[in-house]
Amino acid sequence: MALNIDKLFAGHARALGIANQRLQLLAANVANADTPNFKARDIDFKGAMQEAGQQKVQLKATHPKHLASVGSANRAEVQYRVPDQPSLDGNTVDTQRESSAIAETAVRYQTTLTFLNHRIQSLRLAITGR
Amino acid sequence: MGLFDVFDIAGSAMSAQSVRLNTTASNLANANSVAGTAAAAYRSRQPVFETVLNEQGGDFASASVKVAGIVQSDVPPSRVHQPGHPAADAEGFVYMSNVNAIDEMVNMISASRSYQNSVEVLNTSKDLLLRTLSLGQ
Repeated sequence: MALNIDKLFAGHARALGIANQRLQLLAANVANADTPNFKARDIDFKGAMQEAGQQKVQLKATHPKHLASVGSANRAEVQYRVPDQPSLDGNTVDTQRESSAIAETAVRYQTTLTFLNHRIQSLRLAITGR
Repeated sequence: MGLFDVFDIAGSAMSAQSVRLNTTASNLANANSVAGTAAAAYRSRQPVFETVLNEQGGDFASASVKVAGIVQSDVPPSRVHQPGHPAADAEGFVYMSNVNAIDEMVNMISASRSYQNSVEVLNTSKDLLLRTLSLGQ
């Protein structure tokens, strides 16, 4: 049985990437918590992971110069958040929601790191045999 | 890479909030400043925040924040009759600064909370980065 390192790490790598992007968006939201007219953005973590598990619909290419379908493989769709309490200055950042989302994303990230660490440790065990 | 961008974003927020704290400090320090003319009276200063979208990265453009400028309040300074004051004009009036101490205190609390939030974000992403670096050890 051939060991495919790509397959061994693929799902976790994507989870890390999405958590990474989400953290970046949430950091931007917190940074702009006092900026008038800033609209808070976020991604749907679960939806992005499910999308990763499915086969993407491919566009039919009948000519070698046709472009490949645009559905990006490593990025989730960014959405604007619907505010619970819209504020007068047009800002839709809710600091409490942002902090809880950041905490959640950090835990997800660390979980993925733990899984990856275990995979690496079992690989190492298989290689060294002790 | 995403987590390194977080440092830039949180850093920009901390710098913007510290400008806000600076203006608050100036305003509170000058709350009782007195001038001889309306034009020379101290006017409270407020920073204006603006989002800076990084052009690269499409949808994921990192959005940091910057201080677009400092505006001065256009509330007219109050005119107080104090003939004995050395700065009083010919009619015996002096002009107080238009700083509202309550507004400034609220601003100060808001700025310090926002600063703390940014530090929190920075610490979280620093922890994650360090843990990623020690992956497989």
